[in-house]
Amino acid sequence: MKLGNSPLISLDSIGALFLALAWISPLLFAIWAAFHEPTHAIDFDLAAPWTLDNIRAVWSQAPWLTYLANTIFLVTLVLAGQFLLCTLAGFAFARFEFRGREVLFLMVLLQLFILPEVLIVENYAIVSNIGLFDTTLGMAMPYMASAFGIFLLRQAFKAVPRELEDAARVEGATWMGVLLKVYVPVARPTYLAYALVSVATHWNNFLWPLIITNSTDTRPLTIGLSLFGAPESGVDISMISAATLMTIAPLLLAFLIFQRQFLQAFITSGIK
Amino acid sequence: MKPRSQSLYAWMLLFPALVLLSTFAFYPSIATLWSSLFTRGSARRPAKFNELGNYADLFADPVTWKVIGNNLIYAGVTIPVSIAIALLMALWADSRMPAKSFVRTAYFTPTMLPMIAAANLWLFFYTPGIGLFDRIIGVFGFDSVNWLGQPETALWSIILVTIWKESGFFMIFYLAALQTIPPELKEAAIIEGTSRWTYLRRVVLPLLMPTTLFVLVNALINSVRLIDHLFILTKGGPDNATKLILYYIWELAFSYLDAPHAAAMTVLVLIALGIVATIQFRLIDKRAHYR
Repeated sequence: MKLGNSPLISLDSIGALFLALAWISPLLFAIWAAFHEPTHAIDFDLAAPWTLDNIRAVWSQAPWLTYLANTIFLVTLVLAGQFLLCTLAGFAFARFEFRGREVLFLMVLLQLFILPEVLIVENYAIVSNIGLFDTTLGMAMPYMASAFGIFLLRQAFKAVPRELEDAARVEGATWMGVLLKVYVPVARPTYLAYALVSVATHWNNFLWPLIITNSTDTRPLTIGLSLFGAPESGVDISMISAATLMTIAPLLLAFLIFQRQFLQAFITSGIK
Repeated sequence: MKPRSQSLYAWMLLFPALVLLSTFAFYPSIATLWSSLFTRGSARRPAKFNELGNYADLFADPVTWKVIGNNLIYAGVTIPVSIAIALLMALWADSRMPAKSFVRTAYFTPTMLPMIAAANLWLFFYTPGIGLFDRIIGVFGFDSVNWLGQPETALWSIILVTIWKESGFFMIFYLAALQTIPPELKEAAIIEGTSRWTYLRRVVLPLLMPTTLFVLVNALINSVRLIDHLFILTKGGPDNATKLILYYIWELAFSYLDAPHAAAMTVLVLIALGIVATIQFRLIDKRAHYR
């Protein structure tokens, strides 16, 4: 086939559309099942009546609002910690000369590969020993000094022209003043991108919260969903679908509304 | 500011991050190595130094080899297939076609879902008898298949979910890279009468090489990390057919309460990740664009 002047409706566009449909079909079937009686959901009877019974039943069977609040608190705490620690560290790496800087930075980069997930056993022991088992702080702490965040902010700070800093200095700004008035505002797009990636990651995190939480007061949505859908709880496919949709709805809606920003954020965080 | 006080100031800025990095990354790595060398202690019998005994146990246990083999298949299939699909998606999402933004969104949406929710969605496909896959093959007269319940199909069912989950994520990096290819290249190729396949193979793919390397490293890490769906779909069964390394570590430590062997297994993973890291740093040195 030759390049150029391809027709709008081609084998390619049919293939692309088919793949797109295949890709969202699990979601579409979940929506179908969540709003139908279990028997109709399985029959694919297109004439079957839609119902909210599953949503109502699911809603009353688990403390979803508590889980949601826990998740929101968790992602906020992680992000606040990351912003604070990574800003300070990124600034130090970008703007200061000191002995051991290169070695230290390499060690930070190494952490990109020591996944927190792999160290669950020891981190569980550490968090328990400092008395933070089953707390949101204990759940958030291992992710706060994110090597990835330090790396991203260092890059953003390095791109700030020195003249901006010099101008602030003439006006008598201190190091903190320079950081807050010059560097942080310039790096705002990086902060936004990093925030979106961080929130999406921790909203969806499962293994670590599974290990470190033990009560309704701390469990995030993902854990709540896995408890609800466990086979021994005996819920049917319609209920599982309804619960799944409920837990993914906030993030999914945010993504659909701010799609461009999300895509840009993931791209920025990957390529920089 | 004098260099000395600058240096002091820098260390102060770094201090909080270094404390947490040390506590939750460096110290636990070393502690894992340390505890992998001891026997499991109890109230009556304190832990004893065991040299490499825990590693010997692991290597003597067929389950270990089964789990490592599973993870190799998991990595060996999910990595190339999801990269190939991601590339195809990006080429499509970048071309002229109707409903382009719908297509792009559909591809990317799985990335935004928790793995645990994705597993629930796929249950609907895999359930024997009533699941969608059984209905489709039923139309062609095949018998019901217990996709997740038999060793022959379970791992492949897990692999499919992972490919579905990560392809759209990798797509966006290809999409971003495709948009940096100068349009003149394509115009020149059109004038030359180059076929689409040649253009793809000789122009596009080489230009996408740095992106492919970046995606490859991510896919490698994901092949260790993405295990949440096992908790819903198979719990590592049937007969260990879908047990992956990280799941096994979790199981050793928190189901069997066997921290020393979990630690030994973790050290093996850290070594593997260390090798990936070394390759990655080499690539950065060679100025592959990922910086």
